[in-house]
Amino acid sequence: MQISGAQMVIEALIAEGVDTVFGYPGGAIMNVYDEIYKQDKFHHILTRHEQAAVHAAEGYAKASGKVGVAMITSGPGFTNAVTGLADAYMDSIPLVVISGQVPMSLIGTDAFQEIDAVGISRSCTKHNYLVTDAKDLPRVLKEAFYIASTGRPGPVHVDIPKDVTAQIEEFNYDVELDLETYKPNVKGNPRQIKKAMEAIAKAKRPLFYLGGGVINSNAAYEVRELIQKTGIPAVETFMARGVLSHDDALLVGMLGMHGSYASNMAMSETDLIIGLGARFDDRVTGKLSEFAKNAGVIHVDIDPASISKLVNADYPIVGDVKNVVLEMLENLEYINSDRYARWRESIKNFNQLHPLTYYEDSDRLKPQWVIQRTGELLGDNANISTDVGQHQMWSAQFYPFSRPRQFMSSGGLGTMGFGFPAAIGVKAAAPEKTSVNFTGDGSILMNVQELMTAVEKKLPVVNIILNNNFLGMVRQWQTLFYDRRYSETDLSIQPDFVKLAEAFGGIGYRVNTKEEFDAALKDAVEKDVVAFIEVIVDRYENVMPMVPAGGSLFNMMLLEKKER
Amino acid sequence: MEISERRVISVIVINEASVLSRVTDLFSGRGYNITSLTVAPIPESRYSRLTIVTSGSVRVIEQITKQLHKLIPVLKVYEHADLVEKEMALVKFPANENITDISTLCGAYNGKIVNVGDNVIITMIADEPKRVDNFLKLIQKYNPKEIVRSGAVALER
Ligand SMILES: Cc1ncc(C[n+]2csc(CCOP(=O)(O)OP(=O)(O)O)c2C)c(N)n1
Ligand SMILES: [Mg+2]
Repeated sequence: MQISGAQMVIEALIAEGVDTVFGYPGGAIMNVYDEIYKQDKFHHILTRHEQAAVHAAEGYAKASGKVGVAMITSGPGFTNAVTGLADAYMDSIPLVVISGQVPMSLIGTDAFQEIDAVGISRSCTKHNYLVTDAKDLPRVLKEAFYIASTGRPGPVHVDIPKDVTAQIEEFNYDVELDLETYKPNVKGNPRQIKKAMEAIAKAKRPLFYLGGGVINSNAAYEVRELIQKTGIPAVETFMARGVLSHDDALLVGMLGMHGSYASNMAMSETDLIIGLGARFDDRVTGKLSEFAKNAGVIHVDIDPASISKLVNADYPIVGDVKNVVLEMLENLEYINSDRYARWRESIKNFNQLHPLTYYEDSDRLKPQWVIQRTGELLGDNANISTDVGQHQMWSAQFYPFSRPRQFMSSGGLGTMGFGFPAAIGVKAAAPEKTSVNFTGDGSILMNVQELMTAVEKKLPVVNIILNNNFLGMVRQWQTLFYDRRYSETDLSIQPDFVKLAEAFGGIGYRVNTKEEFDAALKDAVEKDVVAFIEVIVDRYENVMPMVPAGGSLFNMMLLEKKER
Repeated sequence: MEISERRVISVIVINEASVLSRVTDLFSGRGYNITSLTVAPIPESRYSRLTIVTSGSVRVIEQITKQLHKLIPVLKVYEHADLVEKEMALVKFPANENITDISTLCGAYNGKIVNVGDNVIITMIADEPKRVDNFLKLIQKYNPKEIVRSGAVALER
C-alpha cells in the first residue's frame, strides 16, 4: 500500500490498538493532524498545553497498562512536552510521543520553530528517533511501541520532519523486528532464584520491599500470593501503593522519607531485604551507610543497572518481577511461615507504638481527614491521582488503596502540575471509576487550563484542592530547617477557585466543615462535570513522620500534638 | 573514599546517527569522566567500536558499563582487564632541531619521522599510553611546536 508518512502514523497507531491520543497541533505536525481528521478509529483529546498532553498520556498508560500516546508540533510544542517526557522517564511509564519537525531541507538552519528535539529528549527518554525517510517510519514506529513497553518501560520519542510526513512510500507494518542490540532479559536465573529462596528460609526477619516495578510487570496478584504463602511482612515504596491492599495484615506500610514509623523500623531491623522492582531511591533509603545495616539483599529487577547501583545485592536477579515471583512460588518447600511469627509480632509493636495518625487539634479541617474520608466514601470505586507536595504524601499515607494502578503520582520527578492532566488520562482509560485528583493550591494552577479539556471531552475529574494557602511542602522545610523564614511560599493571594471552575463550565465547591465536604463530594461524584472541591485546611500541618534528607531511616521526626 | 582507577571500556554500537552523542551524553549526564575516546567503524559490519578511557571506583565503573548497555544501539560492552593498548601521537618539531636524535627517540617508541618540510618535521609514534606520556616528556628539549594524541585503542588478550 502506497501512502504518505502522515497516513503511516495513523495506520501504525491503529495497528498498535491505540484508542486514545492526547495532543496539540501546529505547523510541523499538520499533515498528521489532517489524517487524524479523516479517520474514526481512535479518539483525539485536545489538551490545552503540550505538557498536559504528555501527563494525560501517562495517566492513561498507568491506569490502562497500555502504551500512552501524545502528539505535538515542533519547537515550542516539543519543549512544552519535555517535562512530561522527563516525568515518564523517571517513573518508567510506557509512552510514544510523536513530534513534528521542520522539513529536512531546513534542519540546521534555525528555521521557524526549529529545535534540536532529539538532542533535548535524548537524556529524558528511553530511546528516540529522528526519522529522515518515510521508508523507515513503519519500522521506527513499531520499534517505538516495542521499546516503550518492554524491559523497563519508558517514553520513546519519534521526531518526524514535515516533508517526511508528506513523502509517499510503501507501507507494511507486518515487519519482523530485528533488534539485535535490545534484548531485555525477562526470565530470571532459576539457580539464583533457588538460592534466594534458601536465604529466605534461613532468615529470621525477612522483609519484602515492593517497588513500582511490581505494578509495571503486572505482578501484584502474584506478589500478594507469595506474601500470603510465606507469611513475610512487606513494605511498599510510594510508587508501589496498591500492590497490597490496605487491609492486608502483612502490609506494614509505606517506607521512606514520609514512611510510617513501623515501615522504616522494619527496614532498619530486617536481616534480609527481598526487593522486588524497587530501586533504593534516596527518598527511600535515607543515609545509605546506615541503611538496613545488618541485612542481606535479594534484588529482583528487569533493569540490571538498578541492581547494586546504590545498595549491594547479595542475590542479584535480573528479570521481570512477575516471572521471578512465579518461579519463587514454585520453590516454597523450604519456607515455614511460623518461623517469622516473632518478627511479625515486633512489627505489630512498632505500629502500635507510633501508628500513622494525625490529631484534630485545629478549628480547620485536617488534610489527612479529607483524604481518609474520601477513601471511606469512594474506596475502591475511585482512581487517585495527585499533584506534588504535602497533599501528595498524605494521599499516599492515608488513602486506603486496594488494587494496583489505582494510584498515579509523579514520584521520580515530583512534577507539580502532573495531577490534573493525569487524572484526565485516567478517566479516559477507566471511565467507570471516579477519577479523583488530590491537589494543592499551588500545584493546581500549574495546569489549570485543563479544566477546558475536561469540560469539552466530558471527563469529569474530581479535583480536591487541599488549600493551605502555602506551597506547603516547601513551607514545611522552611519551618523545620530555615527557622521559619517563609521565603516566597505564602499563597494568601489566591483566585476564587469556585468561580475559576465555573468560568470553564465546571462546578466549584468551597468547603470548611466535614458536613460540607461529604455533601460536596457526593454531589461532585453524581454530577457528570469536572469539579473543584476547595477544602480549607489547617495551614501549618506538617507531613510526619519525616526522615530529614540525608538522615538515617530510623531517625524519624514524629507528629506532635499542637497546643491549642 | 572509594579508590578511583583508570579503566578502558570498549563499546560496540550500531553505526547510526547520533549514537556517539548517546554515549557522551550518558557520561556527562551522570558525571562520569572521559579521559579519551576513539571511534571507528568495524569493517564489513553495521557496527562501530568505541574505546573509552575513563576512571572511577569499582562501583562507578560497574554503573558505567551497565548504563552503556542500556542504550538501545549498544551491542556489547567490554570492560578490559587484560589487554593490549596502544595510542598514537603526532609531534611537530622545528626543522633546525637535531633530526637524528629525534629520529632515534621515535624509533624507541615504535615511531619515525613521517614528514619533512622546509620549516618543520613531523614525527609519529604508537605505544602504550604511559610510554606515550614518557616520550612526550623526553622530547621537550627539542622544542616541539605542536602535539596531537589520538586516544587509546585496545584489544583484549
Ligand atoms: C514544577 C515544580 N516546581 C517546583 C517544585 C518544588 N515544590 C515541591 S512541593 C511544592 C509546593 C506545592 O504546593 P501545593 O501544591 O500547594 O501543595 P502542598 O504542599 O501545599 O500540599 C513545591 C513548590 C516542584 N516539585 N515542581
Ligand atoms: Mg498548598
